[in-house]
Amino acid sequence: MSHQVQLPKEFYPLMEELQVVDFVLVELTLYLDTHPNDTAAIQQFNDASYYRRQLVPKVEEYLGPLQQFGNSYSSYPWNWNQAPWPWQI
Amino acid sequence: MWIYEKKLQYPVKVSTCNPMLAKYLIEQYGGADGELSAALRYLNQRYAIPDKVIGLLTDIGTEEFAHLEMIATMVYKLTKDAKPEQMEEAGLGDFYVNHDNALYYNNASGVPWTASYIQAKGDPIADLYEDIAAEEKARATYQWIIDMSDDPDLNDGLKFLREREIVHSQRFREAVEMLKEERDRQRIF
Repeated sequence: MSHQVQLPKEFYPLMEELQVVDFVLVELTLYLDTHPNDTAAIQQFNDASYYRRQLVPKVEEYLGPLQQFGNSYSSYPWNWNQAPWPWQI
Repeated sequence: MWIYEKKLQYPVKVSTCNPMLAKYLIEQYGGADGELSAALRYLNQRYAIPDKVIGLLTDIGTEEFAHLEMIATMVYKLTKDAKPEQMEEAGLGDFYVNHDNALYYNNASGVPWTASYIQAKGDPIADLYEDIAAEEKARATYQWIIDMSDDPDLNDGLKFLREREIVHSQRFREAVEMLKEERDRQRIF
């Protein structure tokens, strides 16, 4: 069992920003899967990917690692398995 | 392989503890046209479909798991503070005696998820038509749940999911056209 976890208030707008850019990315991904020759969409996709890469470390400053298997760094102690999990926020 | 990301695709909020809504929502967790069915249907179809649409099935199938987590979060938040009496009042008494406050893959009537909800015909057009139908059925189910719900916070998340079904349906329709074009090209030459 678990409970709601409160993170610093700076975290929430950053997470929302990440969800926004990820929405752009998933939409462009599915669109490009069926429109692979749309140059402008590919440019938008690459721009959004770049933007995401800049944003992720800012989110991880508050949340800890977003991903595992080497896609995020860990601080000490190991903080991947620390709450909050997504449904606890 | 798959890599988990420690975040929801879209924020999930609920206004109040409401096990009755959770009972309806579980349809999209372990029901025939729910998110588990969707994810497993698309990812499993990839191995016998032309290369041109494998990417689309992979990406939509993966997004369905993100939706499954959103539904789980909604059910969790709607029931985590519910007392056994409230579960019983909501028609979840029989669910509670089996699962307490755990989630389980069953539909709104308590019928457990079964693989017979999904098909894999090996015929690309047949499989994609099934996928389009599944998205449309899921969209309709979300609408019926929204109609039953008086929780504006929950409905915000449900409307997001409803719109995703429309986009997926559109992309699957385009995939059908891509395969038809390819088939026609092969006939000409």
